[in-house]
This record gives sequence, C-alpha cells and structure tokens, in this order.
Amino acid sequence: MKTIYMDHAGATPVRPEVLSAMLPYFTEQFGNPSAVYDLGSAVKDAIEEQRAKVAALVGAEAKNIIFTSSGAEANNLAIKGVCLALQHKGRHVIVSGIEHHSVLNAARYLEKFHDFEATFLPVDRYGQVDPERLAKALTPATVLVSIQHASNEIGTVQRLTELTAVCRQAGVLFHTDAIATAGVIPIDVKALGVDLLTINGPALAGPKGIGALYFRRGIRLVPQIHGGIQEDGRRGGTENVPGIIGMGRAAELARHELPERAAYLQKLRDRLITGVLTEVPEVVFTGHPEQRLPGHASFCFEGIEGEALLFMLSRQGIYANTGSACASKALKTSPVLCAIGIRPDLAQGSLVFTFSTTNTEAEVSAVLRELPPAVAKLRSFSPVWRKRAAGGAA
Amino acid sequence: MKFVEQCPADASADLIYRVCPMHLLEPMELIKDLQPGQVLEILTDYDGALEDIPAWCAKHGQEFVGLCEDEAQEGCYKLYIRKLH
Repeated sequence: MKTIYMDHAGATPVRPEVLSAMLPYFTEQFGNPSAVYDLGSAVKDAIEEQRAKVAALVGAEAKNIIFTSSGAEANNLAIKGVCLALQHKGRHVIVSGIEHHSVLNAARYLEKFHDFEATFLPVDRYGQVDPERLAKALTPATVLVSIQHASNEIGTVQRLTELTAVCRQAGVLFHTDAIATAGVIPIDVKALGVDLLTINGPALAGPKGIGALYFRRGIRLVPQIHGGIQEDGRRGGTENVPGIIGMGRAAELARHELPERAAYLQKLRDRLITGVLTEVPEVVFTGHPEQRLPGHASFCFEGIEGEALLFMLSRQGIYANTGSACASKALKTSPVLCAIGIRPDLAQGSLVFTFSTTNTEAEVSAVLRELPPAVAKLRSFSPVWRKRAAGGAA
Repeated sequence: MKFVEQCPADASADLIYRVCPMHLLEPMELIKDLQPGQVLEILTDYDGALEDIPAWCAKHGQEFVGLCEDEAQEGCYKLYIRKLH
C-alpha cells in the first residue's frame, strides 16, 4: 500500500541534500569547534557559514542568530532570557492563548518562580490577535510580548506588523514563534518589526534536535543553558555540528525554493479544502480562509472523533493529524480550537493536513476518495451523529 | 580599583549576562577596530572583570581608564580602555 504522508507540521523527512551535507560532520569532520587546531577551527568556520544561511532566510545578520537544540528551547530562551534580563524594569509578559506549549509554559514558569504576571490574550474566530486588544493589555510593567507568526493547528497567519507596531510604540519587545512560517512564507525580521524570532530545523526539512533564535542587536538574554562560551556566551554546550550543518543547508534550500514551493502547496491546499467542503456534509473549516499557511488545511467533522478518523485513514495509508489529543482516558479538547470558539464536541472531530512538495495532486485525489466514506462509516455508528441527525444536536 | 565618572566612549561591548571569559574575548576583538587614543566601553555584570580587565590592559600595553557602576542596572559595571597601540 502506498503511503500518503500529510503531517509535515508534525515531522518532515530530512532532504537527501541536507543529509549528505551533514554526514561528513559525523565522521571525518568531527572536531570540537572550540578547539584551536585546524580540525576544530574548520568546523567552527562551517558553523559560521550555516549561521549566515539561517540568518539570510529571515533577513537577519549572522551575528544575531543563536543555535539551540530545538524550537522549544529557542522559545524558552527568548521568553525566559528576555524577561529575566528585564525584570528590574517590570514583571509582566503577554502571550496569545494559542501559543505552543513551550511559550505558554515558559510564561507560566515565570509566574510561578519569578513573581511575573502573565496575560494570555484571547483570539478571534480565525485565531488572530486583535492589535487593539494587545494595546489594552500592555501595562507599564510589560517587558515582552510573544505571539506566534502562524498556527500549526489551524493554519492562521497573524497580522504581525500591526501587532509589532503596537509594541514598538509602547517600547515593549516582541518575540514571535515562526516555526510554522520560516521557509514557508517570506520573512524579514526588520519588515515584520520583531525583536526575537524562533526557527526550527525540522520544519525546514532539516534534522530534528536543532533550532535557532534571532535576536535584534542590543537585546540582552539571560542564558538558559549555562556552560561555556559557545554561541558567544549566550548558550553553553558543545554545538550539535551535524544538526547545524543540516539546518543551514535546509535554510539555504528553503530560501531559494520558497516562492515556487508556496504556490505549489497552495494549489494542493485549495483543492483539498474545496474537495472536503464539497464532498463531506457537516464539516467546519478551521482557521483563516485567506491569511493562512500555503500548505495547511484543517477541519472539524460533526459527530465523529478525529482520532478514529485518523485511524481509519491510516489503514488506507493516509497519515494526517488531529488538533484534539487524547490525553489519558478523558478526551481533552484542543485549547486552540476552544480559543477560536469551536464547540468541545465538534473539536473532537478535528483533522489537520499539512503538505510538503513531496505531496502530489494524485495524493490529494486519493484523500478526497477515501475521506468521505471514512467519515460516513464513522458517523454510521456514532450515537452523537445519530442524535444530531434526529434533530437533537445543539 | 580606579574609579571614573561616566566616560565618553568610541565603541561599546555589552557583555551583561554573557559568560566568562567573554568579558576578555569580545573586547580583544573590538579593540582591533579602534584607532590609538579611542576608548572602548565594556558593560558587564561579572565581578571578575573588575580585576581581569585592568590586568589584561597592563599585560597588553593598553590604558585602563577606570570603571564605574552602571546606574541603569544594579550589579552591573562600565569599564573603559583607551587603545594605545
């Protein structure tokens, strides 16, 4: 059975060009970048080349990029690093309510252990933060705002320039988690007006275990990994050299291919969205219809559970994801879907497709062939659906 | 310890929260770009810099102008080096 993989927000295979760039750094180029002899300094030079490539992807300078072990670590460094550095000025941080857990929990950590106040901003029905609401949430004690560039769960892209303008006027630093957008849509840190920005290696079809943080010149960060002078004394620990090489090569490829890639993904996305909304009754499209990621389609199906639908599709070789995670025996509602006003029972029927250029029109056709009968079959033995069909639904 | 009031500087190295020995490594690089007579300001929260930087100046023939507390942030210092050669 042929596999159709449409969960690229969850994990993406490393591109062959990326892997081949990495391989020598596991073996012959194994030197410690901090070593003064050639074997080390050559590796250090290679790291600096990759730093420039990652910087170029977001319109930054190489010296303003810090490599981390993941996007989650970069988010932690941005939020905890900046807030702790500025705590003498104020102890208030603002994040949106639909951020990744690495942002939400970093803010909660500051509340719990450092006497900060954290504000979790609500979003509208598309998942966007209202700039006026952000302006009203700012206080004289606010030192940082963190709002994602786009949501991996509902695909919505924030109107970031409007949000950063609010913060710039108030003199408050702005961080964005751009894991969903780096290499997917154009990013220029200066045009966006962000002070810090998170990028993740795997999201660029690079390896896992590598991420990066852009920080505007002059921003102080309290290190979150205490150690040596790696990353100019801002993040200790011997560098993940193969990971950095892979991320640099992936960033280089992503930058060159971005316009064509975005157009291709958008075509697949729009065909899938149109097809699902046409072929399947009682389905709700989630996220913004226009201001959304080019390779992202997300839905909530009435009367069924997304987990069950994932299972049915996986038996046909189709791999997607759901926004509602089954944690323990209790079905937990996705906080993101909850935040955009999706009813808890409807949120259970969430399904998310995220594409890459390895996906094809034929694969979208196959999904459109398999999905409607899978939904119909699950509904046929769903008491929730039967109740709804009998007119008993809310 | 040689104290000064705020001193006009031609370049500045912000090393606050950066680990030891960045308080030596970065100024060593930055001073290369200065002309003789120009002053480099070093911002640091590392107490060891108060001894290390004057000692580095003495060893490398540069002038340690002095230091002062950073009024903008408690526990931070400003140190000044004048490039002689």
